[in-house]
Order: sequence, then structure tokens, then C-alpha cells
Amino acid sequence: MATPRVLVLRAPGTNCDFETAHAFQRAGAEAQRIHINRVLENPDLMKGFQILCIPGGFSYGDDVAAGRILANQMRNHLADVMQEFKVSDKLLLGICNGFQVLIKSGILLEDNENGDPPATLCWNDHGRYEDRWVHLKTTSDRCVFLRGVDQVYLPIAHAEGRFVINGEEVAASLKNNGQLALAYTTATGEDPTGFPDNPNGAELNVAGVCDTTGRVFGLMPHPERFIDGTQHPRWTREGLQDEGAGMTIFRNAVEYFA
Amino acid sequence: MVLWEVDIYPATGQVDRRSAEIVSEVVDLGLDAQVQVAAAHGYLLEGDLSESEVQQLAAKILADHVVEKTVVAQVGDAALNESPIGESSLVHVLPKPGVMDPVAMTALKGIQDSGAEATQVRTFSKYWLAGVESDTIQVISDKILANDSIEQVIYGRLDLDRLEHGVAYEFELKTVAIRELTDDELESLSTSGQLYLTLVEMQTIQQHFKKLDRDPTDIELESVAQTWSEHCSHKTLAGRIAYRDENGERQFDNMLKETIFGATVRIREELGDDDWCVSVFKDNAGIVTFNDDFNVVFKVETHNHPSALEPYGGANTGIGGVIRDPMGTGLGAKPICNTNVFCFANPDTALDNLPAGVLHPRRVMKGVVSGVRDYGNRMGIPTVNGALYFDDRYLGNPLVYAGNVGIIPCEMSFKEAHAGEWVVAIGGHTGRDGIHGATFSSAELTSESESLSGGAVQIGNAITEKMVLDVLIEARDRGLYTCVTDCGAGGFASAVGEMGEEIGVEVYLDKCPLKYDGLNYTEIWISEAQERMVFSVPDENWQEFHDLCQSEGVSANIIGKFQDTGRLVLKYGDHVVGDLTMEFLHNGRPPVVRDAFYEPPAVTDIDFEDTVANAPDDLLKILSSLNVASKEWVIRQYDHEVQAGSVIKPLVGVANDGPGDAAVVRPILDSWRALTISCGMNPRYGDFDTYHMATSGIDEAIRNSVAVGADPDRIAILDNFCWGYTDRPETLGSLVRAALACYDMAVDLQTPFISGKDSLNNEFSSFDDAGEKQTISIPSTLLISAMGQVDDARTCVTMDFKESGNAIYLVGKTACELGGSHWTLVRDMEGGHVPKVDTSLARPIFRAVHQAISTGLVRACHDLSEGGLAVGLAEMAFAGGLGASVDLVNVETDREFDGDVELITKLFSESNTRFVCEVKPENQEAFEAAMSGVVCSLLGIVDDTEQLSISCGNVVAVDLPIAELKEAWQSPLRW
Repeated sequence: MATPRVLVLRAPGTNCDFETAHAFQRAGAEAQRIHINRVLENPDLMKGFQILCIPGGFSYGDDVAAGRILANQMRNHLADVMQEFKVSDKLLLGICNGFQVLIKSGILLEDNENGDPPATLCWNDHGRYEDRWVHLKTTSDRCVFLRGVDQVYLPIAHAEGRFVINGEEVAASLKNNGQLALAYTTATGEDPTGFPDNPNGAELNVAGVCDTTGRVFGLMPHPERFIDGTQHPRWTREGLQDEGAGMTIFRNAVEYFA
Repeated sequence: MVLWEVDIYPATGQVDRRSAEIVSEVVDLGLDAQVQVAAAHGYLLEGDLSESEVQQLAAKILADHVVEKTVVAQVGDAALNESPIGESSLVHVLPKPGVMDPVAMTALKGIQDSGAEATQVRTFSKYWLAGVESDTIQVISDKILANDSIEQVIYGRLDLDRLEHGVAYEFELKTVAIRELTDDELESLSTSGQLYLTLVEMQTIQQHFKKLDRDPTDIELESVAQTWSEHCSHKTLAGRIAYRDENGERQFDNMLKETIFGATVRIREELGDDDWCVSVFKDNAGIVTFNDDFNVVFKVETHNHPSALEPYGGANTGIGGVIRDPMGTGLGAKPICNTNVFCFANPDTALDNLPAGVLHPRRVMKGVVSGVRDYGNRMGIPTVNGALYFDDRYLGNPLVYAGNVGIIPCEMSFKEAHAGEWVVAIGGHTGRDGIHGATFSSAELTSESESLSGGAVQIGNAITEKMVLDVLIEARDRGLYTCVTDCGAGGFASAVGEMGEEIGVEVYLDKCPLKYDGLNYTEIWISEAQERMVFSVPDENWQEFHDLCQSEGVSANIIGKFQDTGRLVLKYGDHVVGDLTMEFLHNGRPPVVRDAFYEPPAVTDIDFEDTVANAPDDLLKILSSLNVASKEWVIRQYDHEVQAGSVIKPLVGVANDGPGDAAVVRPILDSWRALTISCGMNPRYGDFDTYHMATSGIDEAIRNSVAVGADPDRIAILDNFCWGYTDRPETLGSLVRAALACYDMAVDLQTPFISGKDSLNNEFSSFDDAGEKQTISIPSTLLISAMGQVDDARTCVTMDFKESGNAIYLVGKTACELGGSHWTLVRDMEGGHVPKVDTSLARPIFRAVHQAISTGLVRACHDLSEGGLAVGLAEMAFAGGLGASVDLVNVETDREFDGDVELITKLFSESNTRFVCEVKPENQEAFEAAMSGVVCSLLGIVDDTEQLSISCGNVVAVDLPIAELKEAWQSPLRW
């Protein structure tokens, strides 16, 4: 199997880059943490990678809005190279802040004809940062990263994770295209009735979204925080699993290049 | 040049959360509930910008048009002054000039990156208030919308045509004619100059300069004041103290050295080759061994006075500052987790009961929690442990303890700067923020503190510190520097002064990068602007060091040179503005000599008659008491899982919401070796005897770590003393007594102190209506923080009951120790015996429990603290979603009791060194064997009744549904 190379992009304030690179490595990839300034200096360096991952954290402090400044840097300076990456049968993953960046940069969902983004990630309904574990279910078979995943239990940790879609038409189109790939659910797989099963008030319970190819994926939960059994909040009750369920997402990415 | 304003409101159909929050706070404070609010946030943009450009910036950068709408116009335009809620009053809140505004800095960067020519940005908030009188609006602005120590309020429309720019500084050397001053004048100089030195110290400085035959410059005087401050030199506790108590008299030459440090020295000697301490009480944090490749470091600091004035900024910079301690330890440790402990007055305090100058405790609590959250989360450091403690004596002087654990390669645990190397400052630029923080922290808070010391309050910028951390670790691993320390209290004056203490250093103050023009050389030297670190860089590495910093956008500047002169020479351009010997600066301070005495209050008995009938109600009340009640509202706002090392989270159990005893983290993701972080504190015991308060705190910190699986022979502890005015012999006496207890406990348990800190003079004074000075002193508060180690994280346990049918054991002996207990608190009773620690019992118990946990014999383990056995059992039951049926007849007590005393003691006594363990039936025999050398009694069984029933023989004391117990515990702080 070919070993895919992963570029784990970091910016000032990114803080999940180590554990995300670690998860990719454990899945069999070769992961490198690279600062955005290196990519801005030499956008061609992206050509040497098969997977781009924008990990969690607070890029540029999430000042102004979560992910906004990094997203705009990518819009202003990296649009071409990102487009090339997308059409080259490569994979793009945004986790938490990375998802916010992918959405706000127009990379995951293209802007509409007015130049407005079709959706956003904004403040949690209760107005606070929240760290908790949530049940998720896969709601489409489009996404490469979610292959073989039916339900999965992962932690979220964010203040601005409420997915809001710009109008019902857009919502219907995203849904019909199978792009609303991952949804918050209850422990038994039902639709949540509100907090805490839907932890942020996301419309249609959306926790993760992919592009029409299924190769670009962003999600609010943190799969890299559940690759070992000891990371589960109840392992001392329920027994220690050999590995955490988050590993599947990283392994799917690596196996795409098998 | 035009000043543009962008107002951002929630779009139609989106909830206005900020307004809803304000309304709820208005109601909480008992103000006019009829208020209607509309809130906006916004940006002022200065620069060569057209209206369409600003519209574009608003759409693409500043606002999110999916959920927000904007109003864009030049400042003063009528469009900006149209109320969205009809007839209403307008209030603007802006950061005061010079106050850190990180969002504005980032916005400016984003705007410039898009090609627009903005030169300055400032953020603001804008509120429309309707339905209330103008004096209520004033109260709402003061109490909720703004804090005038960092923010300015503008009522009505904004009337600005430009943002402030600094004014260029013109050099002028200032000297202070100290040689002619009388004693009275010296004292007055000490206060008015915010030096906060004693008369003897001022006289020493005077003598020194008389000998030199010149007057000091202002910067020389400030340097001495910083270095000699209580905050930097710990002169009281490290001073000469004559102490006496009922056991006799004792003279200390250096109290800390002879008690707390002394215990560690003795333990290390006794351990010999097995000594696992690496560096204690000398670097910015204590260091102990972890595995073959790495050591771990731990430090806890306080940031009390700044948090009293500006809770968000004070707590924010408190956690920011303590994170820099491990970063500045050895050649730099990587921070791996945070711990935070706060002490507040009751958040339901009536507004009328607040003395002048005091922020409402609810606001203090919310501000402190947000400040810690925003810094810790942004740094990517999990906040895994903490505590909240409530007592009304913290009203004017809340306590904010912030701690950080780091990991460092073994060979990088020591550092040394050399003559000839550059002094390099990196990170944040220097502004007027935090001037006089070090000396201010040594002063008593008063209702005037805000106006006098507002400059000591600051707002942090976590991302600047994260960027510094990123380059620090890289530069460390490339070996680019020889020494590093953080800029904390005292700023460059302390950091550079300490690094150069053994060598000598020349500082180029005009080379320090500034946030804005206008700072004079002294302000540059003593500013406590955040997020700065100082390195010693050999000339041959300077270029690489500089390039590395530049490549990640971190400012790095040479600001001086270490020189083999033994002098501190301060220059501004070609002018020498200060020249002091290191000898005078660091060793010239006259020793502080203090008297201290302690007289334990007389023990009074509790009347137990007819108390048993109330036990169920008492149990519910204790669960609802603020110290015991669930802190989930706080905990979930902290990222406790970033870095992915989480093994035991702060909330545990079947619904992830039970109270864990200690956090467990794995700092190395490919290894199962783990750290436990826990704490112990009980200020109420200090009202009885600070000796037993200290031993109980140590016992609690250790047993919390042992309860999750830590090896008791590998637990390191920290002390943080927060006390009242220690110039009073009885106040200092109560502290010395606690320090003596620390020595005894540490030595007996072989548990070393590795670092510590003290914060004295925690009192608040104000003047009542009659003009009388009223002083509130905090209760003597000793926080013990513990860092334990676990060989294999997979052996850790949590406190929630696991399976029906398992046996429940109590380990440890129970005495009638209800003095300072939560049972007496909820019953509003006084008296009783305060809990003591019998170390001859404690050490074998810790070891036996650890043995049982590490060999897999224990399904759940919980330490007993506030509320005793009844609370412990209730917590284990509702955390596990299971019932329990126990009989207390077998509980072993220190003597025979009967009637109500027996039952109340067994239920609610807070005797130390006790654990409840849940054991599977097939392991009972092995568990009992493991406990053969210690006191251990079988209490009962876990069941699936969802009912907690506790009896003693024929008497049923408690029989309550776990849902009711849990609700009592969760509801008080479910905000």
C-alpha cells in the first residue's frame, strides 16, 4: 500500500496539530505539521501531499469569527492551489476549527452567485464554549472519510459550531447531494430533540459536511481525541476498547490511496 | 482620513444572545426586570478607505451575513444612531486607550491582508436600553456592561474623529532626591510612588545612595522596589520570624527554608539514590522525574488582586502567566495541562450588601471562569482539574489560583546564561499595561484600589503566547539558547535582573519594541505587558534564532547583553539611566524581622441531641452547598481533552457528570505512563487550627490522586498560601503554624514539596456610611496541589459505582471530627473537633489502597471529604446510576459512641485518609487481604434499586432516591 503524505496545516493558534498528525501516523500515513507561512511562501509545496488536514484550535485566536482570518488568507492567496488540490483526486479534512476554515474559505461549499457563503458555523445556541461527548450518525454514503461508519461517539469542544444554512433551497440541495454527511443523534440513533444531544443547535443536526465528491470533509467533533480506548469517558465502566472509534476516519483516508 | 464605524447586529430571525444575557443579569442583580436591550458589537476603522471598501470589509471579514446584519457609516452618521428597539438610550463601551484589544489587532491584520489600507482598528460594544430610568442605566453600565478599570463608557452617540495615537516620548532623565528626605517623607514616597516598601527598606536605599554620594534615578528606585517586593522576594516568609504557640517558641532565620523547603531536603536525603526530585524551589517551576526521557514540572500561582478589579483580565493573565512558568523552567517545558482553583463570595449576595468598590461575586465568578477559559482553551492546554470554594470573606478579595504542568526532556532541565550572550526578548510588545503589578500585589486592596492601580490590570492575548510557545520548543530543540525565563511580575526588571544576577547585564531600553509611542524608559523597564519571554542567545545563534521567530511571525529583539561586571546597567540610547550593583539589588535588602504567635481557639462541643431525624435533609443540603455542588457549568467551558492525553476526565460516571477525584493525563501518546492532578483545600478548618487545616489539605490532595490510581510514593505537592495581613503577629502565626504542619506531613508521608508561592495581605477595606473603616480579611487559605504518577493508565479507576451486587468497603478510621464540617455549615452550628491526620495510619492506607487499585481489585474508589461518608456514598451512587444499601454498624470509630453522636459521626464526620471502595464479589477475599494491615470495614452492597439507603443497625438514617440526591447536587450552579 502506498503511504500517503499528509500536510497538517498549522497557523498561529492551531493547537490540535500534534495529536492529529499522530492519528494519521498511526493509521499508516506520513504526516508533517507545516506552518501556513511556509505554504504562503511556496504554495507548490502542497503538490507533494495527498491529504491536507486543517486541524482544530483557534487560528488567529478566532478573533473576529472562528476560522475567518485563516479562511480569508486562503481565499486571498491560495485559491488556485486549493482548487488544484481538490480536483486532483486528493483528500481534504477539516476538524473543528479546520471545518470552520473550510466553510468560511469557500473551499468546502462554493459561494453562491452573490459571493455569499451558502452556510456558516456560528455561536452555539447556549452562547458558551462546550466540551462534551456526542453521538453521531452517518447520513449519507458520499463521504470517503465515513466509509463503514454507521454510528460513532466522539467529543466536541467548541464555541462556534452551530451549522446554519443560507435558506431552504440550499439546505435541500445539500441534503439531496448527500453532502450533509454526519449528524448529531441520540444514543439510540434517534433525531435529537435539542441540547445536549444536539450540542450547539445546528440546523438539521448537522455535525459534518462533505463536498459533492465526498473527498473534502469538515466536521465539528474531534476524531483524533478518540484513537485509544482510555480516551473514552466511560472506559472504566464499560471496558477498555483496543482502539478508539475515531481511528476509522483516519484509516479511511489512508486506505483511499491503497 | 476618515473614521468608519461598522455595527454588527444579529440578523432578523437570529437570537440576540448578548441582550438576553444582559437581561438575565439585570434580573439576577435585582434591578429593573422591565429592561429591553438590543446589543451590537462593532469596529472603528481608521485609514484611507472608501465606503464601498468598508462595505466589502464588513461583508467579507468583520461580519457573517448568514447570521448577522451590519450598519456601515462614518462615525457620527445618523444611520448609526437609529435604535432598533424604538425610544431608548444608547451606551457605547470601548477599551480604554492602551488596553490590549486582540480582536482589533487580528482584524487589522485580516484587513491589511486583503489589500485595504486601514491603519488602526478598535472594537467596541453598543447597547440600546429601553424601559428603564437613566440612573438604572448607569447602574447597568457599571455592574454589567463595562468595567471602568479597562473600559470607557460613552453615553449617547459616538463623537470621535480619530483613534488615539501615542505621543512621541522626549527623553528626560529623572532623579529622586532621596538623600534629604525625612522618615515621614520616605514613607510617603513609598506609598505615592507605589513602591510599597517599608521604612527600613527606604532608609536602606537612602543610606546606599548617601554612600554613593548621589541621588538615585527613578528607574533605579523602581528596580529596587520591584526586586525587593513581597511578590518577587517573598521577604516575609523567607525572613526572620520569632514564633510561639502552646508548644513553645521557635526562631527562624528563613521560615520557608526551615519548614517547607526543609522537608524536601530531608526527604531527598532519606531517599538517597532513589531521589526523584530534579530541581525544586529554584527555577520557575519544580521538576521531578517522569520516565527515562522526560521530567515533569509543576507550578501554581495566584492572581488575586488583578482579578478583584477586573475578573476576566486578571484571571486571563493569571493563567497566561503561570503557563509561562513551565515554559521558562529549565530550557523550556511544554505545557500539558492546567488546574484552576477559585474562591468567591456567595454568587447570590444581595446588591445592597456590596461595599463600595467591590464587584458583585456573580460577576467576578463569571469573569474569572471566562478569563481562564479563553486563555487555556486558546493555548491548547487542557484544563483538567480544579475547585471552587465559597465563603463570604472572599467578597472584596477573591482568590484565583492557576496552575500548569509541563513536560521537558531530562537533559534540558537546567540552564545558565553566560557573559557575552545577547539578552533577547520575544513575543508581545511593551505597553503601559501592568505597571506596578508586582508592588501592587503586595498592597492591601481598598475601595480606592481601582483608581490608584488600574494600570496593574491587563488583558492577555493567548495567541501571542501560543506563537511564543511554538517557536520556543523549536529553538530549544535546535539548541539556540542557553537560558530562558518569563516576564512576569516586575516585567523586564525582574526577568533580566534575575537572569543576570550572577553575571551582570547591560540593557538597551530604547531597543525594546513598544505597542505605541510615548513610554519613558522606566515604564519600559517595569511594564508587565503579557506574553513576553527573555532568552540568553549566543551571538553565533542569533541570526538563526531571529529567523525562526520571524518565520512564524514572532517579534524577537536584542535588548541587552550579559556582561561580566556584576552590575545592572540601564541605557536609553547613549544615556546611562541606571547603574546598580547586583549585590545591592539582590542582597542589599534588610531582613524582614517579624513576630508571630498562635493561640488555638478553645474547643467547644457540639450538641448532637435530636439531630439524626434530620439526616436526610442535612444530606440534601450538603449536596446543594456551593462547595460540594456540581461544577459542570464551569468544567464544560474548559477544553479538558485537547492534546488527546485524557484518561480520567473531571466528570465521570454513567452520564459523564459525576465528580471525579483527580484528573489523569498521558503526556506521551505512545506510552501508558500517566500523571494525576488533584488538589486539597479547606479554609473552614483554618478557623479551628491552621495546623490541621494544612495537614487535612495535604491528605486530601494526596488521597484524591491515590483514589484514581496514583502511586503514593511518587506524588509531588505544591503549597500556595493566601493569607491576610501578615504584619499582625497572630495572622503570621497562623501561617507559620500551617508551614510547620506542611513540614511534618511531608516528612512523615515522604511526599516532597517541589514549588510554592505565597500571596499575603489579602484583605479588603472600605469605609461604611458612618465613615468607619471596615476590613474583611480572607480566611487563611492554603491550597495544596498534587501531581501523582501512574505506571499504567489502564489500571486507573473512577468513583462511580459500576455494577449491582458489588461489595462496598470503607477504608480508614472515623473519628468524631465535625469541627468546620459541612454538616455544621448547613445546620449553622459552631464548635466541634477539627479533622486531624494520623500519619502513622495514613501512609499504610495510601499504600494499601494503591496496591489494591493497581492490581485490579477495585471497581470504584472515592475519597471522603466535605460531607463525609454520606456525601461520598451519594455521589458514587448517582454518578453510577445505581443504588446502594449500607449498614454503618461496622464503621470503625476511634472510640465508642452511642445514639445520635454515633450516627452523625459515621454519616457526616470529615475524618481524613478515608476511601470508599467498590469490589466485585470474586475479589473480596483478595481485597480484604490487601487491607489486612489497615482499618477496613464492609458496609454493604451496590444494587439496582436507584435508592440510597443507609442504616445503622435498626435505625434507618437515609433512604432517598438517587435522582433526588443528584438533583440537589446539580441544581445550585446549573447556570
